[in-house]
Amino acid sequence: MTTGRRFCSDSRNGHTLRVDTLLQTLKDGLTIGSLYALIALGYTMVYGILKFINFAHSDIVVLGAWLSLVIATAIVKALGLEAGQTAPWWVGPFVLLCAMLVCGLIGFTIERLAYKPLRKAPKLNVLITAIGVSLFLQNTGQLQFVFGTRPQPIPSLLSDQVLFAIGNMQVRLLDLVVIGTAFVLMIALEWLVFHTKLGRAMRAVSFDVRTAGLMGIPVDRVISITFVIGSSLAAAGGFLWALSFTSIKQPADTSWVLLGLKAFVAAVVGGIGNVRGAMFGGLAIGMLEVFGQQYINPALKDVYVFAALIVVLLVKPGGILGKATVEKV
Amino acid sequence: MASLQDRAAHFKPSPAGGVWRALWPLVLAIGFGVMMQLVVRPNIDAYSSTQVLNIGIAIILAVSLTIVNGFTGQFSIGHAGFLAVGGYVAGSLAYYGSFAFFGSGAAKLGMLSGLYGAPAGAPIFTGGEVLFFLSLLAGGLISALLGVAVGLPSLRLRGDYLAIVTLGFGEIVRVLIQQTPQVLMTREAIAESPAWKVPLSVGGSLGFGNVPKYTSHFWVYAAVIITLIFAYRLKQSSTGRALLSIREDEIAAEAMGIRTTYYKVWGFVIAAFFAGIAGGLYAHTLGISLSPVDAGFQKSFDIIIMVVLGGLGSISGAAIAAAIVTYLPELLRTPDTLQQFAIVGVPMLIVGFSMLGMARRKGDEAELRSGRDRRALPRVIIGMGTVIVGLSALAFFAKRLNINLSEYRLIIYALALIVMMITRPQGLLGVRELWDGALYRPLRDFFAPRNRSGRGA
Repeated sequence: MTTGRRFCSDSRNGHTLRVDTLLQTLKDGLTIGSLYALIALGYTMVYGILKFINFAHSDIVVLGAWLSLVIATAIVKALGLEAGQTAPWWVGPFVLLCAMLVCGLIGFTIERLAYKPLRKAPKLNVLITAIGVSLFLQNTGQLQFVFGTRPQPIPSLLSDQVLFAIGNMQVRLLDLVVIGTAFVLMIALEWLVFHTKLGRAMRAVSFDVRTAGLMGIPVDRVISITFVIGSSLAAAGGFLWALSFTSIKQPADTSWVLLGLKAFVAAVVGGIGNVRGAMFGGLAIGMLEVFGQQYINPALKDVYVFAALIVVLLVKPGGILGKATVEKV
Repeated sequence: MASLQDRAAHFKPSPAGGVWRALWPLVLAIGFGVMMQLVVRPNIDAYSSTQVLNIGIAIILAVSLTIVNGFTGQFSIGHAGFLAVGGYVAGSLAYYGSFAFFGSGAAKLGMLSGLYGAPAGAPIFTGGEVLFFLSLLAGGLISALLGVAVGLPSLRLRGDYLAIVTLGFGEIVRVLIQQTPQVLMTREAIAESPAWKVPLSVGGSLGFGNVPKYTSHFWVYAAVIITLIFAYRLKQSSTGRALLSIREDEIAAEAMGIRTTYYKVWGFVIAAFFAGIAGGLYAHTLGISLSPVDAGFQKSFDIIIMVVLGGLGSISGAAIAAAIVTYLPELLRTPDTLQQFAIVGVPMLIVGFSMLGMARRKGDEAELRSGRDRRALPRVIIGMGTVIVGLSALAFFAKRLNINLSEYRLIIYALALIVMMITRPQGLLGVRELWDGALYRPLRDFFAPRNRSGRGA
């Protein structure tokens, strides 16, 4: 393994039923779950409005992660820091903001150029276009003068500090930063969607595009804004993901697609199209994965996630927080 | 005026005609397969030979997925899962079966097997090929069974649920295959291993490359012909009409008394069966090491792209798109092949399409049936010119500026896909078929004379 995970301290030492192990697992689940939730929000918002699975979303996450790496490396170089030295505190937030801005812009461009001409096309066409966009982003990223085809180490932006520990359970600064950032962003989105005029417009468009348009809502603009918000949340997810590892994988690596798929599963489990559902689903999927890994069989951690998906769809097809919809003729 | 009874007699199939209708696809499949293996294959080089084989397997996959995505309008994105299941089941049965019956895992090639033909003096047909054929069928059947298990719960629901569940299914298959134990290489190892564990020893994430390599142009193209004819007949049958009606409007179909869940599951199971067969053929191909990645979503996407590019619901469209999608990335490897393609391939494709009345976006039905289109020629010339000039310019600049095109080929491919979806969303053929054109009428009348001519009127 070239990629060491920074926040998952290895606690699999046989004492699986100890309280500190349980707490450690809970904390890991919370960390990874909040990342899934951030990414799931992008899927769920786009699905809620345009009713298609945006397969290019996971590539925006990759872009966010790699942009963070490139920007962070440049700053560290400009500051003249040596390898292994931790950057000053303001570098992290600055990198995060840059990545979110650029990804938001790219999300906007993609929507305008690729998805907008297909507003009235069959759903499958939009989906193929999304796959095309995903292939495009992946392979552009793989070019030698863009990001290259090799995993790269990311400079350390946070000191590797243990804040407190209970037995085997350690809470690091990194865990707090990941969970904290994710929750701040999610609360901000919650406020935006449920307490502003823009949020009301977004909900209206997702409820019924045509009627929303008749009521004077600028549908195209709302869709564009949705893409920008979803893409910047994805960038934040990518940044936090990059922060959690010592190095990040090349853009076309399958682990990225798997990350995107799990986030999508989280969105479905929570109830696709439902913003709170995506947050809840992300945490649930993260917990499920980490607990399954710790207490059942670590090799099957992907199986738990997808099995949970199938079980939820069989029992409650609308998702845990979703409402059952009745089709009108 | 003939009596009703006389008129009805015209529609009653004669027993001899029935036997002929049941057998000619088999005869055609075997004949075409033998021709591909003994006439075509020896005359092309090793590289093209592999490409032709890959195209054949892609056609089976694309046509099988057309039954779900094209005919029924359901959306499955885990088709590669069935490919992998069929491949692993067939591969495991053939490999360990060879040990049980012949004492070693090596292929017993007959005259019609093996990618590069059989060694000199090989028998016409061997026991190994029987085993291969049976394991192919077994792979297809197990795939179909899994199709029931996946389809039955998810097809009860309307909407994207099949998509999501099949996505999960493909991933579960991939992860489960990764957990399988190592391949047993010798008879001793097989004897030592517990019996239930033997067929499951398919190599995990290391891949399963020891499958005896039987697949040849004969087997693949015989299967292609069977798949095509099956899909064609399915589309004409009452089951097929039920599937098409579900695609058009599920609620209306249900109101007309069609058991939508029943037919949707049937369509899905048939598709899973053929995907399993394709998987078996793929597993037995020389140079292929079956691996868990083959069950992954990327493989599934490739198949979906073929179906959508060809035109949803068009069998011939899916087959053509399968050939293009398999071959296009190879073309972009060097500027030279690209140029050759621009100068020879593009005109051939476009002329072919326009002769069949397919080159236009819309056209009235009567004109289409007569195969004549006055506006087609200028459009063909302009389109052909643009594509030739464009591709040649690309090739020219790549050579001049010393750019390695193969580095960019997937980007070009992705862009082509997006542009295609925006400018021609219905795909190459839309819902039409190649044989809707006038060129094919004599052929069609020969093979399916029943619904033509004024008989019984």
